[in-house]
Amino acid sequence: MIAFFQEFGGQLLLKTWQHIYISAIALFLGVIVAIPLGVLLTRYKRIAGFTIGLASVLQTVPAMALLAMMIPLFGIGALPAIVALFIYSLLPILRNTYLGMENVDPTLRDAAKGMGMSNLQSIMRVELRMAAPVIMAGVRLSATYVIAWTALASYIGAGGLGDFIFNGLNLYRPDLILGGSIPVIILALIVDFLLGRLELLLTPRTKQEGN
Amino acid sequence: MTLLKMSHLNKIYGGTKAVDDFNMEIEKGEFICFIGTSGSGKTTTMRMINRMLHQTSGTIEINGEDIAKMDPVKLRRKIGYVIQNVGLMPHMTIRENIVLVPKLLKWPEEKRNEKAKEMIKMAELPEDYLDRYPAELSGGQQQRIGVVRALAADQDIILMDEPFGALDPITRESLQDLVKDLQERLGKTFIFVTHDMDEALTLATRIVIMSHGKQVQVDTPDNILRHPANEFVESLIGQDRLIQARPSITTVGQVATKAVSARESQTLKEALGEMHNKRVDTLLVTDDDGVLRGFVGIEQINQYYGTGKEIGDIMDKNIFYVKEDSVIRDTVERILKRGFKNVPVIDHDHHLVGIVTRATLVDMVYDALWGESDKPEKADQPDKAEAGDQA
Repeated sequence: MIAFFQEFGGQLLLKTWQHIYISAIALFLGVIVAIPLGVLLTRYKRIAGFTIGLASVLQTVPAMALLAMMIPLFGIGALPAIVALFIYSLLPILRNTYLGMENVDPTLRDAAKGMGMSNLQSIMRVELRMAAPVIMAGVRLSATYVIAWTALASYIGAGGLGDFIFNGLNLYRPDLILGGSIPVIILALIVDFLLGRLELLLTPRTKQEGN
Repeated sequence: MTLLKMSHLNKIYGGTKAVDDFNMEIEKGEFICFIGTSGSGKTTTMRMINRMLHQTSGTIEINGEDIAKMDPVKLRRKIGYVIQNVGLMPHMTIRENIVLVPKLLKWPEEKRNEKAKEMIKMAELPEDYLDRYPAELSGGQQQRIGVVRALAADQDIILMDEPFGALDPITRESLQDLVKDLQERLGKTFIFVTHDMDEALTLATRIVIMSHGKQVQVDTPDNILRHPANEFVESLIGQDRLIQARPSITTVGQVATKAVSARESQTLKEALGEMHNKRVDTLLVTDDDGVLRGFVGIEQINQYYGTGKEIGDIMDKNIFYVKEDSVIRDTVERILKRGFKNVPVIDHDHHLVGIVTRATLVDMVYDALWGESDKPEKADQPDKAEAGDQA
């Protein structure tokens, strides 16, 4: 193990950084697209079924195939990988945002509107706050997927910890396979933990401190 | 001046008319109750006032201004809104909930805090509740906050959609008191949707009874009890309430029983015979046309018997009577206050039509307490009761 770190330590850090970088950008894009889209769908329910269906279909495309399909469009490297992973991240966030918003007590929406909140005020001050735990559950799920699948992005030359895994597979080197997989697992666990804390922060308080 | 004017409001869903040609003018300070069965259009009508719904046709004016031309968001901030499920924001403290509209109106924080304190006092809750969250309050307390929240921005019109429907009877009554008090003290105009007739009768200055989108009757609670427009209104009021309400709205003519009387020109002998037959000690005296002239008691007859006088000569002309269309409630008071055993009832031309005795009052109280169903047979009862009383 010490020998492994001595030989690959520097490379491991670099690949981990690449891994974080690719998955973070993909997830970030997913969040900023899927949450507003999910909110929008609750206002235009007629297209909600279609849009969520479309996202589901995209989700069913095998990961390897989706990555390969990106090559003619964006070439090779980090960009096509980020686009593919972004597409994967959409569905859980989109669906949870939609469900979370839909499940906000209609009474609250009625009260907010009836007291004179604009549509945007109702969304920002009431509905998103109430839906936050459900939306965050979607974000956490997407984050785990994206971090795991970023390992595959190495296949189209995006780098990341997948490089270790693919090299290990090619060279029959179990230490390389483990050296790539274990950090991916640790990364996923850490991110999930951090997002869990964020979820707690965003969950609206409904009781006084200490009660 | 008319605060709210609704003209020819229609609301059509698909093919059905939810609201059918609704017309009404509401003055400032009125407490209007919309009552009807579900699907009668009462809530639909109310929700058009703050543009939560849009009428298919017709206009609503507030202070002469057509609300269709106003910004709906600004309009709603000027109209208080209380709903059955309370709708307090669970993630906001009571303070934040109360001053929600003032905050939307961008009042400075100091003024908002002052308002919150004023309002919690109005809701008759302790001030330290301001920092609690709605989940920490009971249902009744939450709706108290719901009510004062609708007043926090000095709204003139308060819309309430079955606000107390989910509360237990005791809590509901205390909230009704709160609302009634606020209306009387602050002069706010309330439009209150309910399906509870007791609630409407207690609170309203005017009641709008609706059925299938139409206004069946629009009147004061008293007039609705007194003159229900049709069978639907009667059934909505309910037999129990009609009976209970009877002491206040029944006229004397309706309960009067047949009086024992004699004519002025009759002789004392005849009068004594009549008294003996009917077993009474007093006779009401009329002229030949049946106009009430006075009364004669057994003492007078005893005193003048054999002097050849007629009843008309010896009767006491100083007689107290009531008109047949006066309300029984007032008559009861007179009977009790002056200590009369009975009071003759006359029509507009002073014709004697009957008599109200203490026994009649017993019947009334009996009916009110035990209902009409198990009352003793009336057919021959009144005469006996009355006779016994007069004797």
